[in-house]
Amino acid sequence: MEAAAARVVRCGGSELSLRRAVFSADSRYLLCVSGDFVKVYSTATEECVHVLQGHRDLVTGIQLNPNNHLQLYSCSFDGTIKLWDYLDGILIKTFTVGHKLHALFTHARAEDSVFVTINKEKPDVFQLVSVPLPRTPRQDAEAGEPRLVLDCISPSPKCVAFGGQGDYVAAVRDFYLSVYFFRKKATSRFTLSSSENRKHAKNNFTCVACHPKEDCIATGHKDGKIRLWRGFDDERKYTYTCLHWHHDLVMDLAFSATGSSLLSGGRESVLVEWRDAAEKTKEFLPRLGATIEHIAVAPAGDLLCTSHADNKIIVIGRNLEACAVIQGLVRDSSVLTGLMVDPRTKALVLNGKPGHLQFYSLQSDKQLYNLDIVQQEYINDCGLVQIELTKAAFGCFGAWLATVEQRQEKEGELELQMKLWAYNKKTQGFLLNTKVSAPHEDRVTALCFRSADKSDVPTLVTASRDGRFKVWVLADDSDIYRKAEGWTCDFVGSYHKYQATNCCFSEDGSLLAVSFEETVTIWESDTWELRCTFCQRAGRVRHLCFGRLTCSKYLLGATESGTLCCWNLLSCALEWSTKLGVSVMEPDPRSEHVAAVARSSGGSDLFVFKPSEPRPLYVQRSICSEEVRWGVFVPRDVPEALASEALQWLNRSQFYFLTASQSLLTFSSKSPEEKLTPTSKQLLAEESLPATPFYFLLGRHRQQRGEQADGAADGERVQLPTTEGVPAVSELLHTPAHVLPSAAFLCSLFINSLLLATEAPSAEETPEDAEMEEEGERDSSEEEDAAPEQAQQAGLPDGGDGGDEAEALQQQLSKCAEKELRKLRRVDYSWVAVP
Amino acid sequence: MGEFKVHRVRFFNYVPSGIRCVAYNNQSNRLAVSRTDGTVEIYNLSANYFQEKFFPGHESRATEALCWAKGQRLFSAGLNGEIIEYDLQALDIKYSMDAFGGPIWSMAASPSGSQLLVGCEDGSVKLFQINPDKIQFERNFDRQKSRILSLSWHPSGTHIAAGSIDYISVFDIKSGSAVHKMLVDRQYMGVSKRKCIIWGVAFLSDGTVISVDSAGKVQFWDSATGTLVKTHLVANADVQSIAVSDQEDSFVVGTAEGTVFHFQLVSVTSNSSEKQWVRTKPFQHHTHDVRTVAHSPTALISGGTDTHLVIRPLMEKVEVKNYDAALRKITFPHRRLISCSKKRQLLLFQFSHHLDLWRLGSTVATGGKTSGKFLVPGKHGDTLPLSKDADHLLQLKTKGPENIICSCVSPCGSWIAYSTASRFFLRRLNYEHDNLSLHRVSKMPACLRSAVQIMFSEDSTKLFVASNQGSLHILRLLEGSFKHLHTFQAQSGTVESMCLLAVSPDGNWLAASGTSAGVHVYSVKRLKIFEYSIPDKQYTEWSRAIQKQGFHHHWLQRDTPITHIGFHPKRPAHILLHDAYMFCIIDKSLPLPNDKTLLYNPLPPTNESDVIRRRTAHAFKISKKYKPLLFMDLLDEGTLVAVERPLDDIIAQLPPPIKKKKFGT
Repeated sequence: MEAAAARVVRCGGSELSLRRAVFSADSRYLLCVSGDFVKVYSTATEECVHVLQGHRDLVTGIQLNPNNHLQLYSCSFDGTIKLWDYLDGILIKTFTVGHKLHALFTHARAEDSVFVTINKEKPDVFQLVSVPLPRTPRQDAEAGEPRLVLDCISPSPKCVAFGGQGDYVAAVRDFYLSVYFFRKKATSRFTLSSSENRKHAKNNFTCVACHPKEDCIATGHKDGKIRLWRGFDDERKYTYTCLHWHHDLVMDLAFSATGSSLLSGGRESVLVEWRDAAEKTKEFLPRLGATIEHIAVAPAGDLLCTSHADNKIIVIGRNLEACAVIQGLVRDSSVLTGLMVDPRTKALVLNGKPGHLQFYSLQSDKQLYNLDIVQQEYINDCGLVQIELTKAAFGCFGAWLATVEQRQEKEGELELQMKLWAYNKKTQGFLLNTKVSAPHEDRVTALCFRSADKSDVPTLVTASRDGRFKVWVLADDSDIYRKAEGWTCDFVGSYHKYQATNCCFSEDGSLLAVSFEETVTIWESDTWELRCTFCQRAGRVRHLCFGRLTCSKYLLGATESGTLCCWNLLSCALEWSTKLGVSVMEPDPRSEHVAAVARSSGGSDLFVFKPSEPRPLYVQRSICSEEVRWGVFVPRDVPEALASEALQWLNRSQFYFLTASQSLLTFSSKSPEEKLTPTSKQLLAEESLPATPFYFLLGRHRQQRGEQADGAADGERVQLPTTEGVPAVSELLHTPAHVLPSAAFLCSLFINSLLLATEAPSAEETPEDAEMEEEGERDSSEEEDAAPEQAQQAGLPDGGDGGDEAEALQQQLSKCAEKELRKLRRVDYSWVAVP
Repeated sequence: MGEFKVHRVRFFNYVPSGIRCVAYNNQSNRLAVSRTDGTVEIYNLSANYFQEKFFPGHESRATEALCWAKGQRLFSAGLNGEIIEYDLQALDIKYSMDAFGGPIWSMAASPSGSQLLVGCEDGSVKLFQINPDKIQFERNFDRQKSRILSLSWHPSGTHIAAGSIDYISVFDIKSGSAVHKMLVDRQYMGVSKRKCIIWGVAFLSDGTVISVDSAGKVQFWDSATGTLVKTHLVANADVQSIAVSDQEDSFVVGTAEGTVFHFQLVSVTSNSSEKQWVRTKPFQHHTHDVRTVAHSPTALISGGTDTHLVIRPLMEKVEVKNYDAALRKITFPHRRLISCSKKRQLLLFQFSHHLDLWRLGSTVATGGKTSGKFLVPGKHGDTLPLSKDADHLLQLKTKGPENIICSCVSPCGSWIAYSTASRFFLRRLNYEHDNLSLHRVSKMPACLRSAVQIMFSEDSTKLFVASNQGSLHILRLLEGSFKHLHTFQAQSGTVESMCLLAVSPDGNWLAASGTSAGVHVYSVKRLKIFEYSIPDKQYTEWSRAIQKQGFHHHWLQRDTPITHIGFHPKRPAHILLHDAYMFCIIDKSLPLPNDKTLLYNPLPPTNESDVIRRRTAHAFKISKKYKPLLFMDLLDEGTLVAVERPLDDIIAQLPPPIKKKKFGT
């Protein structure tokens, strides 16, 4: 069993807005950190193109390699700096530093070194150090000895900025701004008044940005002011300008690529553009939805993006129009609804933005859509009691959704509302059907639909702390104007005025179990008669579920005091019970298995068992170090056949769970790293060629050639090239005469271009062409020849499956094909490069 | 020692008039300030920002421009179309001269100080030559379409920039013709305004012209090509004034919103010589329009409708944190506006065109018999109820357009003397129970034309008048008439005016101080002159000991001049003095404080033993309870009268400021 233990893996949903996103040099890709990974998104399609995997801990910083904009540096808490080819998703090099790295900075002036933030001695004393990166051909290398640049800085990368093309670095912390000049090797420090009186109390620095061209540092402050510092090379003559629009702290600042405007954002969720750094000429992009955490500007200057607190990245055009939204899993402060699975889309459903329900696709790691439940404007103001969405449940195969929202002031009355939403096939969304205000007199503790056949009347049961459970059924609500149906209360049940703590329908919907504090009551669902009661006197029952399939005669209950009981419904007796402090209990809808997560001293433990047997099928200790709040089984689309006996329970569904710190985790039996095929990588490389005039000249021709070659190889059709379509001819005509080589030279080319390509180039001429190719290509991209091996090596450590070899083979093949294509291009148009 | 009943008077509803122009003179470090009522004040910035000279206003002389020329000569021009030169020695107007161009809106002296340029309503720019005794018209420049609101000389003196309505013209001095005409955009935040008024221009030596206009813009123009270089939109309202520093590395503009913006010339990058103008700090010290600004080497000076003169030091220019590094706000004149009659408990308030006579209220409460509007005594800090309210006895209005220069009520309460720039008035008051009758004393001597300072002797029998010709007159007052006793003529050759007078209680000695900080002491009996000259004209009679030991550092850090000194008649060791923010009693018998002791001890701890009290006691007893304090004097042994004028009351009487949206309201 130990050998086959499932790995706990983070499954997406990690924070995209932890650090500033980085644009590629041509602004076609957006790179952002996401947990242990770096994700590459396309700015045009919002799709994730690559996931750069390799770090073993949280990635804390990414920067483009200033010397090669097709490469990316990343640093992580695991103490390594990695260099990636982000277009192909390949790890090129790993440099080990040895300290926990908190932030990463690069600039073009420091060629062989990068700057990282580390903390050496005390836990909260951070230093900015420069780390030399050795030039070795090896893949793993020790980074050089770090050299101290600035001491006592803030760990946030927003508080450090390089300016003046790398002449100085500015760092802010608390009430002072330090500027270190690399040339003078001196630090200037500027302190703002920090007295306790009201006027200056919020002078704290929050972020810093440097002007790309001028000697100007912009700093954001807690009171919403932005200060533009100039003349800071002289500690006496420095001066600053204030810009004030934000009423709350300035979260991030960025200069546009040319420095003509300054962008700022904060809690107001409004992006402010200050043109010419003047107070009166500002532009706004309002209603961005959530606090702006970071602002990043593309080096090409055509795009910028804002990262938001609700795990969202908005790509914005230069005219301040949002053009793409990359939305991850929204992390609400408290997931009250728990995890659910939408039966239709198989999406994970949970609390999203305040008052919203989010549908999150686990496969593509992105939010599908948001359902506004509360339908009220959210006012972002601390101290305000908001309406909270507390419960939600899907019923009737996704046709109905029930939600409960509540709002309670400290001493006010509880405002409670239940809403029932019907799925509309036309709009492919949920529409509000019935709104029930005050369905109960106290909080609703549980909500469940009867999972019945389509012929039955949809039935919903709510249990509340007011000691009642109510049965709601769908009834005809038609009047003379329209045909409609709505939900009405059908039955109210109670048991000795105990608080109802949970409720649950059996799989076939014939029985309803409602727990009233320590007692579990079983009701006939047709007549709503109390059939029997179970009482174990072991504390309030918190979790309740019926067994499935072959185990449907069992009822499971877990109490707060740490007892798990299993009752047999046929004998109406306790089958077995055990001591287990269950915090999450979830039945698998596709099998008899029930997963229970219990809190123990070493973290949380997982137990998987069948109700029929008191012995667990599978136990995994300390799946995570913190408390597990919610869990859910998500049915697999295609059942997997796992060899291991112990992992049989993962065959039909996958178990996802959410911890107290809002990380969504799951179990995996293998490394899930074979998603990207080499061909798609190859396509990407071609796609990424810059659209220069040469590209139009050569790229188009190559495509045509490629098509022709394919056609010839297939032998399906032979096509005579038309004269006007031949690029050689048209280019001959369009090229100015004074740059054309001699006619004798062109003649053979011209004749050649009129010839038909009959077959793929023969094998004997390949070797020397390849040689030429090697030399020609070396300067253009260094990493290209290293790429295949690395791809292999990157694949090896985790998997060891058979898939890797095939993958490598395929990759080489495609490499070969590409070389041929390039050679064709070279033969035709080498003269273009001659003058 | 310091237990008094205090009349706390707040019914002096004096409103200073708004500041129209300031002119800073670099050589003498003096600042000339003109107010909307035509008053011109001279502040000495090296002597603790003391207002040392004062020219009374005149209704018809609305000053629009003020400037210094070579040899410390001060000129002003106004809407009556006249150019006026002031005599700084005699505190008089030397001459006034009509420019014949209608109202004058602007004036500028050439960088050499020998030529004067005025811009008139009819669009003409007139050049005057400054001669030693007078100014002389030299030529007219090309006439423009509308009034010339601002003028600025190029530092070389070859060109000038003139701001008009909707455009700026650059003139060549030699030819007198307009070289360039630079049109200003009327647009304001996308909305077209009717007119764009160029309120101020500044011509820099590199040929840049900076203009400020009514659309809230600060614009930089290249005068060689006549093109706009850069625009800073700084305000939603008018930008009304501009002043450039001598080094031309910074300038300051004042807006109608009460904000003063500082612009600095900073280098774009540290290793390039390219420089750019950057708006740096805004200062919001005013509530109303900032009509005028000045830029001294170490400070930004601004004044406006809200009557404050604000001197804001530039921290980077001030070497150490000292006396000069504090922000100063000067609202009230440093001369005396209030006089009091101790015997009848009367207060005489001087306004620009009338005098008010008030009788103080009284109380019968156990704490004492005194009162005012609010009262202190009994226990410390108690307010006594008033048995009788303060009485407004008399309002005396002057005829004619001239402002009152000075006024005084005699200690017995039966005489009032006041003077305008052209006449001296003396009135006799008769009291019949509660009725009051006023008699005019006619037949003033011919020599008594105008007075700078008036003083009665302690027994109200003699009147001392300092005239603006430098002479001192002594009059003997009889019942209903007077007799001219003697005239002390000014020192040979000087015509300096005496602006401070003091009389010894026995009436034998008279001290006078003039504009050049000398103190003259006259014996009234023997009609002889003794002269002393002491360096500090504020502290006339102070022992050598304190000079030796030095003042407490907090005392030296005070930044307002002491405006009144008095002596306790029964306790000769006590000196009473006050400035606008504190009232102090100095007990010469107690040890002087050193730097370790606390200077300001608001409440003597009553519960502690006498030993500790004695140890902590020192010569300076300071009360900051009354502020801003305009006047404080002893009525009798145990009674003080304090006249306050809260700033909020002044602001409330001003026209409403430009409404600005305040966030969160």
